[in-house]
Amino acid sequence: MKQRPQDRTEQMGATRRDFLERTACLASGIAFMSVAATRSSRATPETMTAAIRKTVGEAPIRKGKVMIDVPPLVENGNTVPVSVSVDSPMTASDYVKSIHLFNEKNPQPYLIDAYFSPRSGKAALSTRIKLADAQKIVAVAQLSDGSFWSDEADVIVTIAACVEDLQ
Amino acid sequence: MTARTLINVPAKARRGEIIEIKTLIAHPMETGYRVGLNGALIPRDIITNFRCTYDGEEIFRAEFSRAIAANPFLTFFAVATKTGTITFEWTGDNGFAATEQAPITVE
Repeated sequence: MKQRPQDRTEQMGATRRDFLERTACLASGIAFMSVAATRSSRATPETMTAAIRKTVGEAPIRKGKVMIDVPPLVENGNTVPVSVSVDSPMTASDYVKSIHLFNEKNPQPYLIDAYFSPRSGKAALSTRIKLADAQKIVAVAQLSDGSFWSDEADVIVTIAACVEDLQ
Repeated sequence: MTARTLINVPAKARRGEIIEIKTLIAHPMETGYRVGLNGALIPRDIITNFRCTYDGEEIFRAEFSRAIAANPFLTFFAVATKTGTITFEWTGDNGFAATEQAPITVE
């Protein structure tokens, strides 16, 4: 490390402990900044809740009827198979209008929005998603009577998608 | 440019039967969060909308986010009502559009 002459005299008087404390402080500062920088570009449980509220509005969300089928442990976050189904007769008077999927820790909280009609026959879909981290995913379904139902699932991802994926 | 697609619809079905439809389309689904070789972000290029119609009537619609894996795969269901065609439409960034059709015979 290059030092100016006046600094050097100061340094001579400083103890080894002082020096260690300063460097530790600096290192933790840098570490904190880098954590803050990566976190700011990620969705959080709060942003997921906000995204759900934006879709659902003020209506209460009840647990049940919806079922997420996703492997609990996936190796590659770039393609995670996920299926969502809702228990519904899918008649003209009682059917599932939509299914919305959300996540906690991707850069954005949205995954997919699917819209059904009684002609769908069955309120179910399967797709493949990207997950940036081990996290919780939430499915919310809107029924034709206006009620909302949900289910959640935890997924552990060993190789994350998108953020670490540099070419 | 037409994107390559794979569509799986049963050729024949009984009236009122619930059929499973599987679709796959070749698309990179670039998230817009990745950094390229020159250090700049690769711009977002994804499919944003999917729509499936059965003889003109919409039976399923989906809005994709950036978190849908490359080569979007989608499985859903439909009630086989009458002999006709099932149309699939994908639209996305940079004017991406693809349309496919599959015939179905209902007995």
